[in-house]
Amino acid sequence: MAARATAGQAAPVTVRIQAGDFSLADEIAALTGGRTDIGAVVSFSGLCRDEGGRLATLELEHYPGMAERAIRAIAEQAVERFSLNGITAIHRHGAIAPGGNIVLVVAAAPHRQAAFDGAAFLMDFLKTDAPFWKKEHLKDGGAGEWVSAKDADDKAKARWAKARSRSE
Amino acid sequence: MSVRIVYFAWVRERIGKGSEELELPAGVKTVGDLIAHLGTLGEEYAEALSVPGVIRAAIDEEHAGHDEPIGGAREIALFPPMTGG
Repeated sequence: MAARATAGQAAPVTVRIQAGDFSLADEIAALTGGRTDIGAVVSFSGLCRDEGGRLATLELEHYPGMAERAIRAIAEQAVERFSLNGITAIHRHGAIAPGGNIVLVVAAAPHRQAAFDGAAFLMDFLKTDAPFWKKEHLKDGGAGEWVSAKDADDKAKARWAKARSRSE
Repeated sequence: MSVRIVYFAWVRERIGKGSEELELPAGVKTVGDLIAHLGTLGEEYAEALSVPGVIRAAIDEEHAGHDEPIGGAREIALFPPMTGG
């Protein structure tokens, strides 16, 4: 556990790597239930696109053990840097159909800017540092390609090195 | 030194296996040395590792640069840039 936003309650960091789906409502309830110090909850859900109708399924490969460890390290940094009340990150692996959930981040803080920043920070670092790889399986039976990493993702991460945000 | 090497995504597919236990020559001291050494083990390795600069590595589940020493590592992972999220 890292820093706490307000006196009294710990800031839980929950990280799960799982094949099954998750419920946004359940995860928000788990993070906020029984607490009265949270003023803002921001969630991000990443879903599987159908890529213009071409995609049959997306295959998510991961490095078990390291995947959870890497996301947990990022989540703990987010809690400390933005003084969050808590954060939850769930990443699925295996075959995911278009429209399905891939990733969920829920960040809770006393005020909105920290919650927005905490969720964005976690996602930006997760994209480049968490050991997951996407492979596309196409409807036409095409062998499918491994998705390439994007320069834009490296830039999104780099912005946190220079810009200290309003919530810090 | 004997160490477990694990591969992911297209590195795994091109090499044709997910993991192996390898005895490394004494001269292999860093992640970069390991990648160069693996490239000599066969065509499939040479192809998978033909652009060493794009290969990412982890030592015992922690990200590691190519100049990182591998002495004492239990498990070294080699993989392409990550595309989760």
